[in-house]
Amino acid sequence: MDDLLLNQFLLLGAVLFCLGVYGVLARRNAVLVLMSIELILNAVNINLIAFGALHGSVAGAVFALFVIAIAAAEVGVGLAIVLLIYRNRRSVDLDDMAEMKG
Amino acid sequence: MFFLEHAYLIPLIPTASFFLILFFGKRMPKKGAEIGIAALAICFAMALATNVQWRDHVNKAEHRAEEQYQLTHTEAGAEAGAEEHIEFDVEPIHESWTWWSSGNVEFSAGMLLDGPGVMMLFVVTLISLLVHVYSTDYVGGDRRYTHYFAFLSLFSASMLGLVMSESTLQLLTCWELVGLCSFALIGHWWEEKPNSDAALKAFITNRVGDVGLICGVIILFFGAGQTFDILTINQMAVSGDISHLVLLVASCSLMAAVMSKSGQFILHTWLPDAMAGPTPVSALIHAATMVVAGIYLVARLYGVFFEGFSIGTSSVNPLAVIGAVTVIGGAGLAFVQNDIKKVLAYSTVSQLGYMAMALGVGAWTAALFHLFTHAMFKAGLFLGSGSVAHSVHSFDMKEDMGGMRKFMPKTFVTFTICTLALIGIVPLAGFWSKDEILAGAEQLGGPGGYKAFLVVGLIGAFMTAAYMTRCWYLTFWGEPRGHAADEEHPPHESGPSIVVPLYILSGMSMLAGFANLPNTRFLSWVPDGIAVRFEHYYEPKGEYFPAVLGSFSHPDFNIGIALVSTVIGALGIALAAGWYFKDLGPHGITRRSKAARIGHQVLVQKYYLDWLYTDVIVAAVKGPIARGAYWFNQKALDGVVDGAATTAVRTGRFVYDKIDQSIVDTLVDGSGAAAEGSGQGLRRIQTGRVQQYAALLFAATAVLAGVFIIVI
Repeated sequence: MDDLLLNQFLLLGAVLFCLGVYGVLARRNAVLVLMSIELILNAVNINLIAFGALHGSVAGAVFALFVIAIAAAEVGVGLAIVLLIYRNRRSVDLDDMAEMKG
Repeated sequence: MFFLEHAYLIPLIPTASFFLILFFGKRMPKKGAEIGIAALAICFAMALATNVQWRDHVNKAEHRAEEQYQLTHTEAGAEAGAEEHIEFDVEPIHESWTWWSSGNVEFSAGMLLDGPGVMMLFVVTLISLLVHVYSTDYVGGDRRYTHYFAFLSLFSASMLGLVMSESTLQLLTCWELVGLCSFALIGHWWEEKPNSDAALKAFITNRVGDVGLICGVIILFFGAGQTFDILTINQMAVSGDISHLVLLVASCSLMAAVMSKSGQFILHTWLPDAMAGPTPVSALIHAATMVVAGIYLVARLYGVFFEGFSIGTSSVNPLAVIGAVTVIGGAGLAFVQNDIKKVLAYSTVSQLGYMAMALGVGAWTAALFHLFTHAMFKAGLFLGSGSVAHSVHSFDMKEDMGGMRKFMPKTFVTFTICTLALIGIVPLAGFWSKDEILAGAEQLGGPGGYKAFLVVGLIGAFMTAAYMTRCWYLTFWGEPRGHAADEEHPPHESGPSIVVPLYILSGMSMLAGFANLPNTRFLSWVPDGIAVRFEHYYEPKGEYFPAVLGSFSHPDFNIGIALVSTVIGALGIALAAGWYFKDLGPHGITRRSKAARIGHQVLVQKYYLDWLYTDVIVAAVKGPIARGAYWFNQKALDGVVDGAATTAVRTGRFVYDKIDQSIVDTLVDGSGAAAEGSGQGLRRIQTGRVQQYAALLFAATAVLAGVFIIVI
C-alpha cells in the first residue's frame, strides 16, 4: 500500500470522525449520541488498520479488535443508562437532563 | 589466676544470699543464718585465694622487672646494682562492663582490683564471717532474726562492691547501699524511739557528706574529660592532666563525704549514736568496714588528693588538719562516756582520725596498714564488749559492770589483748601501724614537714592509753555493780559462737602487725622476704598512684619515736591505772574547780555539737528561718507569681484582641472567602449539560493537538 492509498483512508477516517463529533455535539437524542460515539471510534479503527497495513503489521488490526470489544461494552453500559433514564422520565432528550448544574 | 580474675563473684555471693534469706530464710531450720554464714564462708575462702594469687601476681611482676633489668644492664652492672631497689609496675586487675550509655558517655561498672582492694576483700569477708557466727548467739531468738541476717548479707555485698569499684559512679552507688544497710541495722530494734532516732541521724548526717561526694564525682567526671573510670582519673591527676584547681575543688568536695562516712570532726556525731544498733553490727559496720569507706575513698583516689592538697610538698592541708582534730577530739570524748560501746565508738572516731591524718601527711601505706590492724582489734573490742553486755544485759560500765574478769575469763583475756593492741604496746598490731603513722608525720612533707601532726599523734596515743585503761578497769576490775552483782543470776561466760570469734580477732591483733615489719637495722635479724610485706604487696605500683612522683616517699622506722610513743602509751596506762587502781590524783576535782567542771561539762555535752546541730541549726531552720522563708514566700515569691499571672493574663488578652481576632481570623476568613469566590466562578461552567462538556472536551483536544503539532 502506498502513501496515496493511505491518504484516502485517512480522509475517510477524518470525515467519519467529524460526522461523529457533530452527532455528539448537536444531537439531542441520547441514543443518537451513543451512535455518534460509535462513528468516532470506527473512524479511529480505520486509521489504525490503515497505518497497520502501511507498515505490514497486524498490530493495527489487533488494536482495532480491542477497540471494537471495548466499544461494545461501552454501548452496552450507555444503553442501559439511557434505558433507566427513559423509564424514570419518559424522555431521552439530553437538553432536559441538567440536574448536575452547579 | 582464676580467683583474681573472677573476684567479681565475691560480692555476687552475698547478694544472692540476701535474696535467698529474704525469700526462704524463715523456712530454714536455722532461720536463714546458715545461708548467710555459708555465703560469707565461701566469700572468705575466695578472698583468701584472691590474696594468694595477688601475691603471685606481684611477685611475677617483680620477677619480670628483674629480668628486664638484667637484660638491659651488663653483667658487671647487674652485680653492682643487685642491691639496688628495682622499680616495677603491677598491672591492676581491671574488668569493665557497660552499665548503660547515654549519648556518647558510657556508664560502666565492673571491678578494679589492686593492693588496697585485695586487702579490703580479706578484711571485710573475715570480719563479716566472724560477725555472722557471733550474731547467731548474740541476736538469737530476736523477732527479726531473719531480716537481720538478710541485711548483714546485703551489707557485705555492697561493701565488697565498694572496695572493688571500677568507676566513681559504682563507688557512689555502693556507698549509698552501705549507708542504707547501716541505717537499717542501727534501727534494727526500732520499737524504741532512741534507736530509730539514731538510725535517722546516721542516715541524715551521711546525706550531708553525700552531697560532697556527688559534687566531687561530677567535678572529676568533667575534669578528667567525661569519665568515671577511677584508673583514668588517678592517672590524669598524677600526670598533671587535670588542673590543680579542679583537683583542689574535687578533693574539698570529697572531704565532706570522708568526714561524714568516716566519722571525722565535725560530722562524726552520728557514729556514737549508731551504737544503738546490735553490737555485732557496730563491730562490722561502725568499727571495721563501713566507717573506713571514707578512708578507702581517699586511698582509692589518692592521686586526686595527693595533687589536690599538694600533700607531698606542703606542711599543712585540710585532710591532715581534720584528721588531727578528730584524733584529739574523739579521744577526749571517750573519757567521759559510761557506756562501754560509746567509749569504743569515740575510740573509733579517734583512730579514723589517725588514718585520715596519715593520708593527709602522705603516709598512704601507714594509713591502710592502720586500717587493717584497727579492723582486727576494734572488731575484737566491740565483740568483747558485746560479750560482756550479753551477760549483764547492759552497756553501762559504771552501773552494771565491774569485776567481770572473774565471771568471764575468756572475754577478759581477749579484750585485754585487743586493748593493748589499740594502745600500741610492742609487739601487738597497733604498735606497728601507729608507729608508721607517727614516722610518716615526722619525715614526710615539704619544707617544715608535718611535725605538728607528730605531736598530735603522740598526744592521741597518750589519751588512747588512758581512756582504754579506764574502760578496761571499769569493766573488768573493781567490785561488781548492778546486774553484774546479781546473786541469783550471776554473769556467765558466753558460748562458743561468741568466744571463738574473739579468739580469732585477738589472735589477729597479735599477729597483724608483723605484716609490715619495718625494714631497719634495729630489726636486721628479720629475713629479707618478711619486712615491709604489706607495702610490697598492697601499695599500688603504677602510673595511677602518686608513688611515681618525686614528692612521694616512704617514711623509715625511727627507733626514737617508737620508744617515745611506747613510753607515752605506758605513761597513759600508768596514769589511768594510778587513778583507778590506787585512787591517786585529784579525785573530785570537778566539784572543787570551776575550770575542771566546765571542761568536764564540755566533754559530757560532746563539745555541744549535737546542741549546735539540733538547737541552733535545726531550730533556726524551724523557727526564724522558716518564718522568714514563709514571709519571703508570701510576699516576694507570691508577688512574683501573682505578677507573672497578671502579666500572662494581660498578654493573653492582647494576643486575643490584636493577633488572634484581627490577623489570624482575617486570614482564615479570607481563605474561606477566596474559596467561595473561586467556587462561585467555577460553578458557571458546571452547567450539567453533557454536550457542553463534550464540546469543551473536543475543543481542548483540538487545542492540545494544535499545540502538539506546532511544538513538534
